[in-house]
Amino acid sequence: MLVIKDLQASIEDKQILKGINLTVKPGEVHAIMGPNGSGKSTLSAVLTGNPAYTVTGGSVEFYGKDLLALSPEDRAHEGLFLSFQYPVEIPGVSMVNFMRTALNEKRKYFGQEPLSAADFLKLMREKRAIVQLDNKLASRAVNEGFSGGEKKRNEIFQMAMLEPKLSILDETDSGLDIDALRIVASGVNTLKSKDNATIVITHYQRLLDYIKPDFVHVLYKGRIVMSAGPELALELEEKGYDWIKEQVDSQQ
Amino acid sequence: MKENEKPEKGKQIIEEAAQAEYKYGFVTDIETEVIPKGLDEDVVRRISALKGEPEWLLEFRLKAYRHWLTLKAPTWGHVHVPEIDFQDISYYAAPRQKKAGEGPKEIDPELKKTFDKLGIPLEEQLRLSGMAVDAVMDSVSVKTTYRERLAELGVIFCSISEAVKDYPDLVRKYLGKVVPYTDNFYAALNSAVFSDGSFVYIPKGVRCPMELSTYFRINAAQTGQFERTLIVADDDAYVSYLEGCTAPMRDENQLHAAIVEIVVEDRAEVKYSTVQNWYPGDKDGKGGIYNLVTKRGLCRGDHSKLSWTQVETGSAITWKYPSCVLMGDHSVGEFYSVALTNNWQEADTGTKMIHLGKNSTSTIVSKGISAGHSQNSYRGMVKIAPKATGCRNFTQCDSLLLSDTSGAHTFPVIEVGNDTSIVEHEATTSKINEDQIFYCNQRGISTEDAVGLIVNGYAKEVMAKLPMEFAVEAQKLLSVSLEGSVG
Repeated sequence: MLVIKDLQASIEDKQILKGINLTVKPGEVHAIMGPNGSGKSTLSAVLTGNPAYTVTGGSVEFYGKDLLALSPEDRAHEGLFLSFQYPVEIPGVSMVNFMRTALNEKRKYFGQEPLSAADFLKLMREKRAIVQLDNKLASRAVNEGFSGGEKKRNEIFQMAMLEPKLSILDETDSGLDIDALRIVASGVNTLKSKDNATIVITHYQRLLDYIKPDFVHVLYKGRIVMSAGPELALELEEKGYDWIKEQVDSQQ
Repeated sequence: MKENEKPEKGKQIIEEAAQAEYKYGFVTDIETEVIPKGLDEDVVRRISALKGEPEWLLEFRLKAYRHWLTLKAPTWGHVHVPEIDFQDISYYAAPRQKKAGEGPKEIDPELKKTFDKLGIPLEEQLRLSGMAVDAVMDSVSVKTTYRERLAELGVIFCSISEAVKDYPDLVRKYLGKVVPYTDNFYAALNSAVFSDGSFVYIPKGVRCPMELSTYFRINAAQTGQFERTLIVADDDAYVSYLEGCTAPMRDENQLHAAIVEIVVEDRAEVKYSTVQNWYPGDKDGKGGIYNLVTKRGLCRGDHSKLSWTQVETGSAITWKYPSCVLMGDHSVGEFYSVALTNNWQEADTGTKMIHLGKNSTSTIVSKGISAGHSQNSYRGMVKIAPKATGCRNFTQCDSLLLSDTSGAHTFPVIEVGNDTSIVEHEATTSKINEDQIFYCNQRGISTEDAVGLIVNGYAKEVMAKLPMEFAVEAQKLLSVSLEGSVG
């Protein structure tokens, strides 16, 4: 579904991604790990079309379409979802209103009628249960006054509502206690199917105990420097990143 | 390199969206009786004669006119009102109504069409129940609905011209008592030449069963609109009143100088809501209405309450301060305002809360939104008289900037005359956040819709005060008027 070739990107003239190659197929879970500042969050921002970043080379195909030519909202409609590392607060805008707008925009994109209020609320109820999100939270303003854990659960709730084909979870485990982590991970696993895929960006093995990756990639200095199976995450947990850094730096 | 990877792209979308069309800019092709341009005592007499007014009202007008001659236009507002040539304006324009059908109360089909187009149907049976309308085009009221039904309860709702004829004692008792013609330059001008507007009287103990509303429409070119509204709520009465306004798109500016006076007696309550959408001028600042208005309510009775809610999106220049004089003990004044300026619009708006009665309380919530090259100012006064002990005021004054080229300003004045009163003032200024917009984008919401959502969220506290019938329209209006403008 996703084919990234030699992707390069910069922010404020600083080159961050220096040639990323990655292919993701339906049903797969890919973990992207790496030390701070290696470009993990930049990759998610560039894929979703954050205007703060400039693509300076390479290509990304998503189900055969040129992803980079699409606006951020069209990428979302096409089935790309980002669970933000730092979900923003939008004061005064209720989750209900926000989600309804988002969902109906997607339906409009595919030429469908907006969902009726009753159907929408029913869907909200169903999907809320997946991440045990309180009804009260769902009727509050977007992320306003949510705790760290509630914000992350709210991200997965939105993912459940929008039913994306490819979800990118950007450090979804950061700031979560173990109970919240379990809820979030079980939500992600519930939503997993043979038709969708997940990219998990994380520092730690911890999350991967709950969301089992098929592939683990190490991002360093804007490139994927190592790819392997799930055993790589365990090795990284034990040995840290220094040995990879040394290996890469000595080659240059 | 992809276009949408540039940070400027978001800005650009917003700027394009900000050029949204003004929906009400059409002109009705109707024969209009316009008196020649210019202003002198003869013009004042002529307006009075055209309306068949009694001598006392003519005297009132002439006194106001003579006083006006001694005044100069105020310049303290943070707006740039160019020097207005008051001799180059026509002070009276009345659409000539063709009668449709036999009934004397039938309205000219052309006018009906106009108000239909504005979403203000004038046929009672077609209306959503719960709202009566006085429709004013240029200088005259063309139709007031539900008059008879309201009259059964003793509620008077008619144009002020009719009120002068039918209820002269009531009008005479209250006219100019809250806003005297000596109040300010534009108030004096209005008192001299005012044409039409609404008159509302709610008798003792009556809760008005439907929303009353006046819809003001400017149609004729090179005329000014000088409407006058007077609302009286007698003891224990309640009324909710709405005001809406639009005008055609024209290159030249037009003057709108209105007066609204409200008297609230013992334990009575008046809720006054405005959705002001006069033509704001084009994206280069050409044309638009000068909205220079004096609105004031007198909470004369103990435990009386007056609540102003305004959503201001229109007009090239807005200069208005709906105020409360809290004379009664335990009286309550409220002011909830959203003022949105875009392109080259200028707004200087706020309120005065004058506490004269003991234990009177007031609340001010002002939300300014500035986009494009506009200037948006909050100007407010909270004054607590020495003898008005135990008073409370809470003021919250927020500004949201949507562009680097717009301005937000606050000019609060607080005077507290005793030490048993408490006054609080909170103020914030913020910019719309690129991260919020991208978050919405990532969920499939376009930048245009995202800005609409965010701004409506910001203004929610005020919007929630609007009557249901208006709230939805006002929300759409905010999104349309602003559509964009992050910079």
